[in-house]
Amino acid sequence: MWNYEKRLQFPVNIKEPNAKLAQVIISQYGGPDGEMGASMRYLSQRYSMPYREVAGLLTDIGTEELAHLEMVATIVHQLTRNLSMEEIEKSGFAPYYTDHTVGVWPQAAGGVPFNACEFQVKGDIITDLTEDMAAEQKARSTYDNILRLIKDPDVCEPIKFLREREIVHFQRFGEALRLTNDKLNAKNFYAFNPGFDRCEK
Amino acid sequence: MNESAKMLREISIIDFTLVDLMLYLDTHPHDRNAMEYFNHYSRIKKQLSTEFSQRFYPLTKDYSDCDKEWKWGNAPLPWEGVCS
Repeated sequence: MWNYEKRLQFPVNIKEPNAKLAQVIISQYGGPDGEMGASMRYLSQRYSMPYREVAGLLTDIGTEELAHLEMVATIVHQLTRNLSMEEIEKSGFAPYYTDHTVGVWPQAAGGVPFNACEFQVKGDIITDLTEDMAAEQKARSTYDNILRLIKDPDVCEPIKFLREREIVHFQRFGEALRLTNDKLNAKNFYAFNPGFDRCEK
Repeated sequence: MNESAKMLREISIIDFTLVDLMLYLDTHPHDRNAMEYFNHYSRIKKQLSTEFSQRFYPLTKDYSDCDKEWKWGNAPLPWEGVCS
C-alpha cells in the first residue's frame, strides 16, 4: 500500500512556458527510458525476488521513481500551461495538442505511446538486477541529452536532480547484485536462477 | 518565498536525506552510524510535518485534523508550483 505526500521530491517552479522543450522532456514520463517504465519495472520485479532485502530495495527505489514521475509530469505541465495558439502552432506542439490538449500523457519524445515492452520482468534476480543497472544508465544518458537542450535554469535544476538520482540507484543496484552473488550456493557456478532452480547441497 | 513554501523546502531537504539514507541502509543494514543519522533526521521530519500540517494543510491524510473544512482535499497541488 502507499501513502501520498502532497509535495514534490524536489521543487519545480517554471515561469516561462516552452512547448518545444516539453515535447522532449515528456520522454522521461512515458518514453523508453522514462520514469513510468522505471517505477513499473522495479515494482513488478519485486515479487519474484528470492531475497527480502533486494525486494525491499526494489520497493523503495520503485517508490522514489513514482515521485520522479510526478516531477517530470510537473515540468511538462508547467512548460505547457498558458500557451497561446500561436505558440502551439509555431513550436510543433499541434499534433500532441490535437489529441491531448495540454494534458500530460505518457509518450516518448518521438510520439510513440508508453508500452510495457519498455521493461522486463524475467523472474530471475541476476537477469533483473542487471537490467535495472542498465536502465539507470539509460535514464542518465537521456537526462544528459535533455540537459544539452535546456537553457532555462528553472528546468535545468530539477532535471539535474533527477540525473543524479539515476547514479545513486545504479550504485544501490550494483550492491544488490553483489549481495545476491554472495548468497548464491557455492555449487551454482553458472549463476542460474536461484529463485526457481534448486541447487543440491 | 512565503512561509509555507519555506517550510516545505525545509521538509523536502530533510526528507531527501531520509530517502537517500534509506536506500543506503537497504544494502548496508548494519551501518550503525547511518542508522543514527536516519533516526535523527526522521525525528526532525516528524516535527516539521506536524508543525506544517497544523499551520497550513495536512501533508498526508494522517496529519489531517479538521472539523470545519476538509483541508486535505483543498490543499494546493504539488504541480501548481507553490514553492516559488
